[in-house]
Amino acid sequence: MAEYNYNLKMSVQRGSGEDISMVNYEVEVDSKMVVLDALHKIQTDEAPDLSIRWNCKAGKCGSCSAEINGKPKLLCMSKLSDFSETEVMVVKPMHTFPLIKDLVTDVSWNYLVNKKIKPFSPPDNFKDDPKMMQQEVDRVQEFRKCIECFLCQDVCHVLRSHQRFDVFAGPRFMVRLASLEMHPLDTEDRIPEIKNVFGSGLCNITKCCTEVCPESIPITDEAIIPLKERVVDRYYDPLKWIVRKIFG
Amino acid sequence: MSEEKLIHKEYDVLVIGAGGTGLRAAIAAAQDKELKIGIISKTLLGKAHTVMAEGGVAGSFGNVNPNDNWKVHFRDTFKGSYWHGNWRLAKILVDEAPERILELERWGAVWDRTPEGKILQRNFGGHAYPRLAHIGDRTGLELIRTLEEHIIHEDNIDLNMETTITKLLVKDNKILGAFGFDRVTGQLIVFKAKTVIMATGGLGKLFTITSNSWEGTGDGYSLAFEAGAELIDMEFIQFHPTGMAYPPNVAGTLVTEGVRGEGAYLKNSEGERFMFNYIPEKFSKDYADTEEEANRWLEGDENARKPPELLTRDVVAAAIRSEVAAGRGSPHGAAWLDIACVRDADYIKKKLPSMYHQMKTLSKLDITKEAFEVAPTAHHAMGGMRYKWDTNETNISGLYAAGEAAGGVHGGNRLGGNALADIIVFGKRAGDAAAIAAKTKSFEDIPQNLIDEAIEVTLAPFKEENTENPYLLHEELRDMMTVEYGFSTEESLTKAKKILEEMKVRASKCGTSGDRAYNPGWDQALSMKHVVQVALLTIESSLMRKESRGGHARGDYLETDTSIQDILYVQKRGPNGEIVVHEEILEPVSEELLKVLAEFKDDGYQYHGKK
Ligand code: SF4
Ligand code: SF4
Ligand code: FES
Repeated sequence: MAEYNYNLKMSVQRGSGEDISMVNYEVEVDSKMVVLDALHKIQTDEAPDLSIRWNCKAGKCGSCSAEINGKPKLLCMSKLSDFSETEVMVVKPMHTFPLIKDLVTDVSWNYLVNKKIKPFSPPDNFKDDPKMMQQEVDRVQEFRKCIECFLCQDVCHVLRSHQRFDVFAGPRFMVRLASLEMHPLDTEDRIPEIKNVFGSGLCNITKCCTEVCPESIPITDEAIIPLKERVVDRYYDPLKWIVRKIFG
Repeated sequence: MSEEKLIHKEYDVLVIGAGGTGLRAAIAAAQDKELKIGIISKTLLGKAHTVMAEGGVAGSFGNVNPNDNWKVHFRDTFKGSYWHGNWRLAKILVDEAPERILELERWGAVWDRTPEGKILQRNFGGHAYPRLAHIGDRTGLELIRTLEEHIIHEDNIDLNMETTITKLLVKDNKILGAFGFDRVTGQLIVFKAKTVIMATGGLGKLFTITSNSWEGTGDGYSLAFEAGAELIDMEFIQFHPTGMAYPPNVAGTLVTEGVRGEGAYLKNSEGERFMFNYIPEKFSKDYADTEEEANRWLEGDENARKPPELLTRDVVAAAIRSEVAAGRGSPHGAAWLDIACVRDADYIKKKLPSMYHQMKTLSKLDITKEAFEVAPTAHHAMGGMRYKWDTNETNISGLYAAGEAAGGVHGGNRLGGNALADIIVFGKRAGDAAAIAAKTKSFEDIPQNLIDEAIEVTLAPFKEENTENPYLLHEELRDMMTVEYGFSTEESLTKAKKILEEMKVRASKCGTSGDRAYNPGWDQALSMKHVVQVALLTIESSLMRKESRGGHARGDYLETDTSIQDILYVQKRGPNGEIVVHEEILEPVSEELLKVLAEFKDDGYQYHGKK
C-alpha cells in the first residue's frame, strides 16, 4: 500500500482539574503514521503545550497509554490505517488513573503496589550453582515481557468502575506475582498476601485485561487463574497444597 | 527573580539519569545506609532508553564455547575500539561484567538457558565466541525491570520522576548540586548534593534516523560542558547498520544484530549477498569468504569462520552505504535483510519474539516470510565525559560520569553487548566511588547568583520575545546533521559548524505557550540548547580528526592513520562559552596486556608500535 495524505479530524481531551474540554484539530497526516505522530504534529503546529507522555515510540517502554475511540491503546503502536479516515478520532487519557493534564495521568499508585510485593529471594546456594532449565523459566519469561503500560489496570472493572485500589493489585501485579511464584528458584511464600492484600478473589475472570495487553501476555489464563488455584489449594484444600509442596 | 518559589532537596549522592547506569549507580551508593540518594529521571521509572537494547550483555562465561575468557573479550573489545579505547577501562569491563550479570540473576533477572541450565550466550558482531547473555531480544527491558524491582525496596533512595535538570551548580571546580524542575507541577527545584553522578545517556536525537528514545537529546554532555567538564571522543558516533528503513512509522527502529547472529544475511537489489566483498584486511582471518563456510559456521562447525554479516557495526554500516551509493540499494535507499530464507517460522518466533511481534503489528510485515529494508541508524555515542579510570570522577571535583554519557571504554567503536556491560559495571563503580567521597564531604551553600542564573535559563522559554518554534528547529537540525555529518568532509563540517552557530542563537530564542504544568514545549525549547551544543562538539572534534576510524568516517580522509591512533581530542568550555580543544596522548598499554594481545598472533592486526 502506497502512502498518501489526508486530513484527519481529531478530538483531543485538553485541560486539568475541573477545567476539561474536548478540542478539535484537523491534522494533515499520511496513512503510514501512528496516532502518536498525529499528536506530535498538533504539538509542532499549534499546541506546543499539549501534554503527552511518550518515550520510545516503539512499543517498548509502555509510556504512551491512552484511550482512542474509547479503547485503551498505546499511542505509538496504533496505526492510522486501522482507523476511519473520515470519522473523528477521539483521544482521551486513561480513565482509571487521576488526571494530570491533557492525555497524561498519575500512575504512581502502581509503583506503591509494586513496592508491597516481596522481592525475589533465591536459595542460599544460588551463588555457587545458579542452574535453571529453559522449560522451567519459559512461563516466567513470558510474564517478564510486561512493559508496564498499565492498560490492563486501566481496563479492569475492579479498578475502573469500582475503584478498589485499596484491596486489589490489578492484573499487572498479578502478572508480577505469578512471575515470582512460578520462578523455579524462588523461596518466598506470597500466597497469603495474594489472597488478603492483593485481592486475587476480586477478579472475576472477564479477561478484558488479556484483550488489551500489547505484549499479548495471557494474563487471565496463565497468571491469575493459577494464582487463584494456589490460594484455593492453600486455604480450602490444604492436602493438595502439601502434595504440591512436596512434588513441586 | 528571587520571588520565585523554590523547592529545596538535599542528597548525599545525586544520580542524574534513570537508565541502567543511573539505577545501578544508585543501588551501589545506597548500600551505605547512612547516605541519602536521589535519582533524577526524565521519564517514569522503568521507561528509560535502556529498555530498547535488544541483543544482550557481554560477559565471557564460556558457557557455550569454553574457549572464551577475559583475555579474548579484552582483545575483542580493544580491537573493536580500533585500538583507541582506554585499555584500563576495557580491562575493568571484561573483568567485572560476568559478576554483574550473575548478580542481576540473583536479583531476579531470568536469562535464556543452555541445555545444561546455565546462562545461554549468543553470537554478536566483533565477539570471537558466543558471549551475550540475553532474554530473547528484550535484554534491556529485563535489565531495567530487574534494577527497578530492586530499587523500590531501597529505602534510602528517593526518586524524582519526570524531572528535568537545567543546570549543574559548580563553584571553584567543585560540584554543589543541580537545578531543575518537576515537569508534572512545573515547580522549580534546587538539588543540593555532595556528589553528582552523570548517567544521562546519549545523543541520537541529533539525527533524523535514530534508534534513540525521546530523551536522547544529549543534555548530559551539554550540561557537563557548560559546567567545565572535559569531553573526549565526541567524533565517534556509532551508526547501527540495521535500522528499519521502511515503512516510515518504524524508520530508525533497530533490527538487533541478534537477527544476523541467528543467520540472517544482507542482500542488494540484485539479490547478491554482498558482505563477502567488504571484509577488511585486519579481519580476514576471522570471517568466512564463501557462503559454504558461513553456513558451516551457522551449523556449529568450530573450524569454520564467521559469516561477514557479523563484522563490526561500522564495517557493516559502511558496506550498506556503499552498495546504495553504487545504485544497488533497495527501493528506499537501503539493503534487504533476510532471515526467512535461513530459519523456519517457529525458530524465528522463539528466538526473536519482540522483533517478530513489533514488525507484525506496526508494519504488517512478517519477518518469518519476507525480507525487509534496513539502513544505518544513529545509535550510540562512544565519546562523552572523561573520567578517572579508578573512580569515575571527572575533572570537576565530586562530579562522576558513567555509561553512554561518559567516554573512554569503547574508543573508536563499541561492540554490541558491551554497552549493557558498560552500564552495569561502571554504573556500580561510579556509585561506589561517589558514596565513599560523599562520606568525606559536607553540604555547601549554593551562591545566590548561581541560582538566579539557573532560574533565568530555566524560565527563558516563557518570555514573550522568545518565539522560535523548538519542534521545527529540531527537525531542521536533525536533517542538516544527517546530511553534513553524513558527508563529513572539511567543507561539509565547516558548513555545519556555521549553520549551528546560527542555530545556537535561534535555540536561545525558543519559546512555548501555556503554563508550567506538564508542558512538553517548555522541555523541547530547553533541550534545543543542548542539542545544538552537542552537535557543535561533535562537529568540532570531527574536524580535528583527519582520518577514518571506527564510528568516525571522514569522506575526505578515508584511511585510518596509525600515527593518530593514540591521540585524544579533549574538549572543554572556554571563558566565553566557546569550545577549546587540546590534544592528549593515551596511556600506552601495560606490558602485561601487551603479552595478552600477543597471544592472538593470527590476527592481521595492529596495536601500532608493538606488533
Ligand atoms: S480478568 Fe480479572 S483482572 Fe482481568 S480485567 Fe477481568 S476482573 Fe480484571
Ligand atoms: S501486563 Fe500487558 S497490559 Fe498489563 S501492564 Fe503489562 S504489558 Fe501492559
Ligand atoms: S512511546 Fe514507548 S510504548 Fe509508546
